[in-house]
Amino acid sequence: MTDTPDRVVIAGASAAGLSAAETLRRSGHSGTIMLIGSEPVPAYDRPPLSKEILSGAWTPDRISLRTQADLDALDLDARYGVAAIGLDLATRTVALSDGTEVAFDGLIVATGVRPRKLPGAPARVLRSLDDALALKDSIGPGSRLVVVGAGFLGCEVAAVAVGLGTEVIVVEPAAVPLAHAVGEDVGSMLAQAHQDRGVDLRTDTGVAEVVPAGVRLQDGSVIEADAVLVAIGSLPNTEWLVGSGLTVDNGVVCDEFCAAAPGVYGAGDVARWDNPLFGTSMRIEHRTNAAEQGMAAARNLLGAHRPFAPVPYFWSDQYDMKIRAYGDLRGHDEMRVVEGSLRERRFTALYRSGDHLAGVLSVGMSPKSMRAWHRAVAARAAWLEAVPDTPSSTLGATA
Amino acid sequence: MRVEVDVPKCVGSGQCALLAPDVFDQREEDGMVVLLDESPPVELHDAVREAAVVCPAAVIRLVEQ
Repeated sequence: MTDTPDRVVIAGASAAGLSAAETLRRSGHSGTIMLIGSEPVPAYDRPPLSKEILSGAWTPDRISLRTQADLDALDLDARYGVAAIGLDLATRTVALSDGTEVAFDGLIVATGVRPRKLPGAPARVLRSLDDALALKDSIGPGSRLVVVGAGFLGCEVAAVAVGLGTEVIVVEPAAVPLAHAVGEDVGSMLAQAHQDRGVDLRTDTGVAEVVPAGVRLQDGSVIEADAVLVAIGSLPNTEWLVGSGLTVDNGVVCDEFCAAAPGVYGAGDVARWDNPLFGTSMRIEHRTNAAEQGMAAARNLLGAHRPFAPVPYFWSDQYDMKIRAYGDLRGHDEMRVVEGSLRERRFTALYRSGDHLAGVLSVGMSPKSMRAWHRAVAARAAWLEAVPDTPSSTLGATA
Repeated sequence: MRVEVDVPKCVGSGQCALLAPDVFDQREEDGMVVLLDESPPVELHDAVREAAVVCPAAVIRLVEQ
């Protein structure tokens, strides 16, 4: 390559940014790498925040993603506690919150997301280690927690909190939690699991605002609580890109190579890109995607010109249930249990979109057995081949 | 290259076994990582490094020699 960037700036120092930095060095990039992180500490792992950190099973030192020696070996110009606040593509500079400007030849946008909030009084959110430790301090026996939003984060927190003896009320506007993500049958199974453990799950219930005493519902009534966790999704941190010339539309918009502009690539939760495997634009807030996309963005910045076509993967721990899923389950047309049963809370379910196997989700099954399904999703297997005994009468019309 | 794995941190995602199946496997019952080769041959080093980068729980540590 003749136009290898000498100065690379990575805006965002969490999983995606770290992966990009490591990939640049591993690929032989010998120029400078400036890693800009808005949090005051090097990258740490976020999935344990709502699991092992909240429960107290792990102390915070266990979630560092790399040792100091590993970070030192990368020879980074790391700026922690500093945010990127502006981008000028004409001069190829990034403005930082400490008042300085830094020039780049190549830029990776990995500024992540932040929790959506509700109007009214302050409430807890869960994104950072500090958030998790503060939440941990406000749960336990004798304490009442209202969780707003029964998504994966809210459900994980509810499971840990009720396990620690907290009185937990989960408020969710949809009729079935997680139905948009995993379908109504699996969502109903998860809802029942929470109710069996004593969680007071209130579906079809919208929250108007947080009040000092708890939350005010849309019908005007108040649920009192010692603590309120708002877990209603995230917003991509793209404000610093407004007016830069990059396209921002629920994330920084990238092509199949994760490129947002020449020499500018997006990675992780903040990036919306065209996934050629599924032929659709995606923005994925999964831990594994952050690392994989950081790697892909870095390679393509160095000229690899390789489309980023991953099979998304996520997992969630709730009580003794290990939930794992590969693929793109959102907007599926059909779900079919092919192993175990929902009643046992131990099963493998396949998801169809159009004529294809779109994804697979399992609860309590051997993770190793999922690998064959991963390969089938990656190969864009036809539904009828993946599920050979499917009666055609149940398929219905397909797009 | 020497490979080390911190098994208690493993979340059983299986990304390593997908990338470098000659070096990493998973326990049948819970999917925890099983290290098959702690000194993999040089032709597998790139795949092993990739596995270390994408491991979602930072379980894999490489000591380059």
